[in-house]
Amino acid sequence: MQRYSAFSLFKHALSHHQHWQQAWRNPEPKPYYDIIIVGGGGHGLATAYYLAKEHNIKRIAVLEKGYLGGGNTGRNTTIVRSNYLWDEAAQLYEHALKLWETLSLELNYNVMFSQRGVLNLGHTLQDMRDIERRVSANRLNGIDGEVLDPAGIKKIVPLINTSKNTRYPILGASWQPRGGVARHDAVAWGYARAADALGVDLLQGCGVTGFDLAGDQVKGVQTDRYGTLGAGRVGCVVAGNSSVLAGYAGFELPVESHPLQALVSEPIKPVLDTVVMSNQVHGYISQSDKGDLVIGAGIDSYTGYGQRGSLPVIEHTLAAILELFPMFSRVPMNRQWGGIVDTTPDACPIIGKSPVDNLYFNCGWGTGGFKATPGSGHVFAGCLAEQEIPALAKPFGLDRFYSGALVDEHGAAGVAH
Amino acid sequence: MLRIYCPICEEARDEPEYHYAGQAHIVRPSDPDQCSDQEWGEYLYFRSNLRGLHREMWYHAAGCRKFFNVLRDTQSHEVKASYRLGATPPDQEEVRL
Repeated sequence: MQRYSAFSLFKHALSHHQHWQQAWRNPEPKPYYDIIIVGGGGHGLATAYYLAKEHNIKRIAVLEKGYLGGGNTGRNTTIVRSNYLWDEAAQLYEHALKLWETLSLELNYNVMFSQRGVLNLGHTLQDMRDIERRVSANRLNGIDGEVLDPAGIKKIVPLINTSKNTRYPILGASWQPRGGVARHDAVAWGYARAADALGVDLLQGCGVTGFDLAGDQVKGVQTDRYGTLGAGRVGCVVAGNSSVLAGYAGFELPVESHPLQALVSEPIKPVLDTVVMSNQVHGYISQSDKGDLVIGAGIDSYTGYGQRGSLPVIEHTLAAILELFPMFSRVPMNRQWGGIVDTTPDACPIIGKSPVDNLYFNCGWGTGGFKATPGSGHVFAGCLAEQEIPALAKPFGLDRFYSGALVDEHGAAGVAH
Repeated sequence: MLRIYCPICEEARDEPEYHYAGQAHIVRPSDPDQCSDQEWGEYLYFRSNLRGLHREMWYHAAGCRKFFNVLRDTQSHEVKASYRLGATPPDQEEVRL
């Protein structure tokens, strides 16, 4: 892999940038892989990267139906934070956040991770009690957090409307300074490039149409482009399409796929240098480096695979944003899109074994998977490579839906990503 | 935006009048005390989540305030049919695409 640096930039400038190495190969598939990852989004590529790097597995392939990072990785609102309530979830997301902090160095790829802080607003007394509880729980888990009053919020975001004469006045917020945003495409590209350099085959335009099953065991993956590829183990990281793949293998998941929409405004001058979220009025907003306001909210209520949602959800979102920032009422919106998110009953992911031997699932990240990308890949690589499920992933097995040990994160995950 | 026909009001109305109420035709185990953890977990949490034709319940919150069933394509979001609770579903196969 040709390393990126100021020196290499200078060197290539002398030859008019004509000779940069391709970021990754377009290889022909081998007939058999030790591990096949289905899904070439951020989580899948991160899994492949950590498998090759930390578990020293040689033959790895990533199968992607479309192009790398073209699903939810390219459609989310790029927010990263780890202020989850329960120990299990907080530790998982904090693990991810710690990896984020050194990710650009690790991958030799600028993922533009910017720790500009995340505010979660409270608008009712109960909101504030929940925020105090969550921040206290976070601090006990070694995660940074503060409870702010409206004056403290105003200091960080002068634009915000903290007037008492609004329908839902802002009473306070939780503040995680280490949270922030990252460049979503760069995360996929960085992991792809680094994984490719370690010998991982990235097979794009290769949809999965079924599994080769022998008894209760998966032996290979059937694809629409390369026929059947043999595999020792298969890891599915396909977000919204998880139930479809589970159906190929003959079981159901406690997952429902919903449209989740987001939108961006025209680029404007810098006005907002942090991330503001509100569960109560239900919306969140940040400003990208390019200048556009990036806005999102909750899922569409119905299930759907169409990668688009309904207009009333967008109206509701924008009403919430204008409640917080009345001055944005005249900012024209530029683009709007949807992705398919795989929601679970407890708003926590499912990581680990499936009812079929050697077939593993990493799904159910719902509306907030982007922030977990490095951590998700890291622990899922551990699941696939070792006999034991890693401690961080253990609470998130499928068995929790039978034992009842759910990790109920609706409070911290309710909207907002 | 979905436009859904309510079989009780006998009118097609816009989506904001309704609430989505999840997969239809899920039968509660007749004797929950006798269920294994597996059976009870499956009843509570596991869903077909089909890509394709999906039978689901909707609640007409701003109309008759009754639940009814809808047959909808989850890929195109097209509403194919509405029918009352307890009525026989339209004769269309659930397909996995």
